[in-house]
Amino acid sequence: MHAEMLVLQFSREVVDQPIIYRLVKDFDLEFNLLKAAINPRQEGLIVMELRGHPKDFRRGLKYLRDSGVKVRKVAGEVRRNEDRCYQCGTCTAVCPTGALHIERPSMAVAFEATRCSACELCCPTCPAHAMEVRLNRSAV
Amino acid sequence: MVANYQVNKTYQEINEKIKKGQAVVVTAEEIIDLVRRKGEAAAARTVDVVTTGTFSPMCSSGAIINFGHTKPPIKASRVWLNNVPAYAGLAAVDVYLGATEPTADDPLNKVYPGEFKYGGGHVIQDLVAGKAVHLVAEAYGTDCYPNKRVEKDITLKQLVNAVLFNPRNCYQNYNCAVNLSNRTIYTYMGPLRPRAGNANFCTAGQLSPLFNDPYYRTIGIGTRIFLGGAVGYVCFPGTQHNPAKPRGENGIPLGPAGTLMVLGDLKKMSPRHLVGVSLLGYGCSLTVGMGIPIPMLNEEIAHYCAVTDEQLLAPIVDYGHDYPAATGRILGQVSYAQLKSGKMTLDGQEIPTVPLSSLVRAREVAQLLKEWIEKGQFLLGEPVDMLPGSEEIHCVRTASRDS
Ligand code: SF4
Ligand code: SF4
Repeated sequence: MHAEMLVLQFSREVVDQPIIYRLVKDFDLEFNLLKAAINPRQEGLIVMELRGHPKDFRRGLKYLRDSGVKVRKVAGEVRRNEDRCYQCGTCTAVCPTGALHIERPSMAVAFEATRCSACELCCPTCPAHAMEVRLNRSAV
Repeated sequence: MVANYQVNKTYQEINEKIKKGQAVVVTAEEIIDLVRRKGEAAAARTVDVVTTGTFSPMCSSGAIINFGHTKPPIKASRVWLNNVPAYAGLAAVDVYLGATEPTADDPLNKVYPGEFKYGGGHVIQDLVAGKAVHLVAEAYGTDCYPNKRVEKDITLKQLVNAVLFNPRNCYQNYNCAVNLSNRTIYTYMGPLRPRAGNANFCTAGQLSPLFNDPYYRTIGIGTRIFLGGAVGYVCFPGTQHNPAKPRGENGIPLGPAGTLMVLGDLKKMSPRHLVGVSLLGYGCSLTVGMGIPIPMLNEEIAHYCAVTDEQLLAPIVDYGHDYPAATGRILGQVSYAQLKSGKMTLDGQEIPTVPLSSLVRAREVAQLLKEWIEKGQFLLGEPVDMLPGSEEIHCVRTASRDS
């Protein structure tokens, strides 16, 4: 399952087309609307979270772009699920900013969200799937 | 073995003290200072049990499950749990679910590095967490077992039996992995950046069970242990158990040597101490929390339990070339004190070190086991047979070390 927060800008020409309906029906994607400003025959803007199988997701994005919708990604936010993290330290092998680091002598693995660049390198690296990408709602 | 010790305790004596709630228990980290201050004999006199702990991915793990006879009965020949294949070449409804088995339709490493999001280890964790797991069983049908297909949701509670049975756990020492090639590689030792960008290691060092009993003086067949949050047992030497590996002067193996085969009732275990894991580009596994108590029979045991990270050496192995080519080459030795410090040097180059084994949770395990014993809830199991390698006579001049 892949999820991204997207800002879609619709030109006047495409605003009346059932684009979101197609995304759901043809590409099997789910969406969660966060903001929408659409008026008939005017430019429109939608902020939404789109999720689905990575392959469907890519095809869906291509469909959007091919239809003339301008698509922009909203930066995600990486957080640690403290229940899942078992403090191993594997993630420190890939974290480029030092947001994930080991405290000594306790050997506890700290996560300093303020140092995190949301590069997501830790997400597939964490054996316990503790590093989760969330959509940064404050950036919308 | 004939030896004259100043301190001589038996399992029975120690168990009597445990039952009365009078046993003195310390962890394998706490004993270090005690021996340093009081000497080995005095420490052996004071302390009754030392608890060890480890918390690492242990791939050679799995569960024996009996999912109960169905109506009509089935002699299952192919079984999936949450779409993870389990081995069904056993009697009717017995299966073995291996920790590293990925979901049947996992893309594996086709999209490299594969993420291996769900597998046997995850099923085991879901089961102990009380979650329902979807079971599909197929059979060819016989006169006595006519059923050809069963599909149902099962929970751990409903299973007739569920036994965690791990053929090879608790390695005594392990490699420190680096990658001298020019590209990032993804191994069971975690991600390794090119040109020795990081060095990964995977043991709890001075807290790790077999580092504290290098000649298997007390850990043997029948030893009662902490396994996955419940009581378990050492049932045999683990696969690839090799006590003959070269050892340092202190008797500690310089590379992977002894291993343990362990089992315990999965129904009593907890998802906190059995964690299904995905190792990027490598596969699925199960992280196992294990703790082994070491009875303080004499001062020789105190001597071994007082081992420190400075005295424990891991072989440095290149997983970029040497490991996959099985050359057996070792680049050098590094102490666990160095590895835990966060950096080491290799050929003059400073390398960040990365643990894969959770020391925080290993301490938690050793502490929990200590509390169980202090409260009289956990008695020591005297081995019915010792592990290969225990017959070795290693002379330690303990008396002279006593201060
Ligand atoms: S790799 Fe995952 S489980 Fe391990 S310390 Fe990092 S976030 Fe926690
Ligand atoms: S997202 Fe990137 S910067 Fe943030 S913790 Fe993970 S690896 Fe470090």
